[in-house]
Amino acid sequence: MNQASAPAPRESYELTGKRTKELTKRQIRKARISGIVLLLLSGLVMLVFVPAVSGVSTFGLSTPDDAIQLDSLAVPSAGSLWVLSAVLAFLGATQFFRGFQGKTTIILGISFGVFAIALMVWAASGQEFSLISMLVATVSRSTPIALGALSGILCERSGVVNIGIEGMLLGGAFTGVVMGSLLGGWVGLLAATLTGGVLALLLAVLAVKFRVDQIIIGVVINILVLGLTSFLTAQVLVKKPELNDAPIFAAVKIPILGDIPIIGPMFFDQTIIVYGMFFLIGSVTYLLFRTRWGLRTRAVGENPKAADSLGVSVAKVRYLAVIYGGMVGGFAGAWFTLGSVGRFDENMTGGRGFIGLAAMIFGAWNPIGAFLAALIFGFSESLQQKFALLDIPIPSEFLAMAPYLVTIVVVAGVVGRVRPPAADGQPYEKQ
Amino acid sequence: MELQLRGITKRFPGVLANDDVSLTARSGTVLALIGENGAGKSTLMNVLSGLYRADGGEILIDGVHQTFRDPGDAIKAGIGMVHQHFMLVPVFSVYENVILGVEPTKAGGVLNRREARREVKEISERYGLAVDPDAKIEDLPVGIQQRVEIIKVLLRGAKILVFDEPTAVLTPQEVEEFFGIVAELKARGATIIFITHKLKEALAVADDITVLRGGRVVGHADPKTATPEDLASMMVGREIDLTVDKEPGTPGRTVLELTDVTMVDDYGRPLLNKVSLSVAAGEIVGIAGIQGNGQTELVEAITGLLPIASGRVEFDGNDISGASVRSRHMRGIAHVPEDRNDMGMVSSFTVKDNLMLDSYYTAPFSKGGRLQRDHIVEAALGLVEAYDVRPPLIENTGGALSGGNAQKMIVAREFSRDVPLVICAQPTRGIDVGSIEYIHEQIVRKRNEGKAILIVSTELDEIFALSDRILVMYDGKIVAERLAGDTTPTEIGLFMAGKGS
Repeated sequence: MNQASAPAPRESYELTGKRTKELTKRQIRKARISGIVLLLLSGLVMLVFVPAVSGVSTFGLSTPDDAIQLDSLAVPSAGSLWVLSAVLAFLGATQFFRGFQGKTTIILGISFGVFAIALMVWAASGQEFSLISMLVATVSRSTPIALGALSGILCERSGVVNIGIEGMLLGGAFTGVVMGSLLGGWVGLLAATLTGGVLALLLAVLAVKFRVDQIIIGVVINILVLGLTSFLTAQVLVKKPELNDAPIFAAVKIPILGDIPIIGPMFFDQTIIVYGMFFLIGSVTYLLFRTRWGLRTRAVGENPKAADSLGVSVAKVRYLAVIYGGMVGGFAGAWFTLGSVGRFDENMTGGRGFIGLAAMIFGAWNPIGAFLAALIFGFSESLQQKFALLDIPIPSEFLAMAPYLVTIVVVAGVVGRVRPPAADGQPYEKQ
Repeated sequence: MELQLRGITKRFPGVLANDDVSLTARSGTVLALIGENGAGKSTLMNVLSGLYRADGGEILIDGVHQTFRDPGDAIKAGIGMVHQHFMLVPVFSVYENVILGVEPTKAGGVLNRREARREVKEISERYGLAVDPDAKIEDLPVGIQQRVEIIKVLLRGAKILVFDEPTAVLTPQEVEEFFGIVAELKARGATIIFITHKLKEALAVADDITVLRGGRVVGHADPKTATPEDLASMMVGREIDLTVDKEPGTPGRTVLELTDVTMVDDYGRPLLNKVSLSVAAGEIVGIAGIQGNGQTELVEAITGLLPIASGRVEFDGNDISGASVRSRHMRGIAHVPEDRNDMGMVSSFTVKDNLMLDSYYTAPFSKGGRLQRDHIVEAALGLVEAYDVRPPLIENTGGALSGGNAQKMIVAREFSRDVPLVICAQPTRGIDVGSIEYIHEQIVRKRNEGKAILIVSTELDEIFALSDRILVMYDGKIVAERLAGDTTPTEIGLFMAGKGS
């Protein structure tokens, strides 16, 4: 009703589909709001952080066993904060009065990055802050989130909503540790992957064949896995601790690449599960957007009827996509046990599956976007971890909240509305 | 290729949808298959496209017997369906839509996008179907989307093309272009089946016409000699008069008056540009114009659904420019909206509830906040009877009604209120001849009772059949005003195209 079509510019995009670009009132309002948010952040840095610091902030850029040692970076705390605050104020004011239009999202990303740096300068004032270990932890911690998001993307691109990622992570973590304890890490990893696949098969059968509401199935999977693993932990793992003692995958350093300062330890000196995540993000992106399988999967997620009328089997496409998605989720579960501590604790995934869903939406159902979103969440987790170790005068629970608050602001007010696959969550009934 | 159907019979529980249907579509010709909604056209086409299996009869292509187990068989046999509701993925590019299911690939199932674009280009050049292979479907106008559908079936090697109500969603200009495409396909030897209930279109493009009624073939007609009246009578089974009987109107006092009404979109561009008009009691004013020239916005400005930027809307001498939708409704403006499914009714509600949508909160239908079921049922039964809504089952959902009957239900709701002004936007879009005739009669009856009527229609025939006075909208402005008796469709058509002096 409100999408009144103006007749005049029609000819211009008749064949090419190009739209005219003009600033709408809504965009102007958004630019104003985000400008104000940036100005407030600038004020926060200037008025709260600056008076609290003294001396220099030191950032460690290398760990002792790195091949190439970089000197720690020492910056004057107050001076840096003044500069960062000024940058935020400049970006905020520009956004408020003029707006960055097409570049808004990038500029906002940079702004939040600047704010994060300010936060670290403040925290590191007068002490040494190991930046490198935090960056390494960021990549590692973003792994289960990125994989969870990828699991969701695979399912939802085919039109099946997967709320059960959390359950798939938890199930994978559990069987991973048990099979890992019995038969070694690789078998554990395989078992975790298969567990996710089996849970996804349940989702697929109920969603595709019996057309049960997909939200409900997902919730049921989460509750079922949580209950089952908690029960088995209390009844079995506690009595037989040898079943809850799996080998941990050690970080594997890739020759040469692993020696590059900063980048090396972040990306080329990680566990096999992190490498698996890189490989899956890249390969699923390629598969989804460049292959026949991807075209058909996306078509089924957007307009199953059209796909069906062209001889594409909607059920087959959905079964495959959901099962692949589940396997990715189960693989991600192994990160919690085989990839870090080697033992299972009740509900140890702690909502990472749901954060993965948020990363999926934030990344607009695109694997690479979801990975970048996962990095933000991973960064926030490791920052919080770091702050808990340093002597910071704010409770770490509040710090843990901040990134999510930022996310809400970003998702709700700034990023253009992202669009899920059109047939997402809708059962398909052949006529 | 020549297509023959012999004695096709298809039964559904309790219904004989196709009864011994035989027809022939000759190679390189256009066969128009016409019939009312429910005449069995869709069932027949579903049999032809392999979705249903016939209980009896046979399908012959070039004299060879065919068996279709699923749509894939029909496609292989060279039959291509262009559905009324396009089967396209809106967020995909043109070439992605076209190749879906028959993707050219390199090793390992990797799409060969260069080959895909080349295939689309080749067909679009060979048949004169200009379209950019990389354009996104949702950015394209409906007429171009239809071309993509046609390219899709041609790519799959279709020699027999079946178009289901192809013009229902097109603007008049796009309809012209579509007829050009049909002529081109025909010239290249394609056999075309054109399902429609628009008689003039059937007469304009067809080489043969076959008429279905109640699941049977009731006749064939030669488009060179038949008249729309002949076809309408065959379709409906009784004499149909396509001209509306009416005396000249006798305009009385002014009921609705718009002065310099302007409305702008989000970008600040004018949707309505200083529109002034008036409608008097006892006259029908018709707004002619090609879709998208401000008619929708005009109606929404009068009914209050969209706010106006400047100007004045007066009703019965009172300024209602800022009044709410409910207030305007209560003052006495009835509105038959242009999109019956999205705005006219709630498809999942019962007929009874749909009939009460505008008055459920008033006595006697509501008392102390509780609905009075007995009154509602009684009133609803009266309305379906009085307005000939079939089937007259008030507990069925609105969505279960055919287009024509759903429209009659909406007309029943709006016309049953005794109010001074009735606005009908596209009152007969996409509905059957019998319902059109009926609704036109009701509109004239309402005028004869001394009501002011405003009709918005993109069908010039309808404008001329009903109006006492005709206004033409172009680019958000009223560009012409004529008394119906003083003008011709040609003159109005020129104004509609923005070419009038």
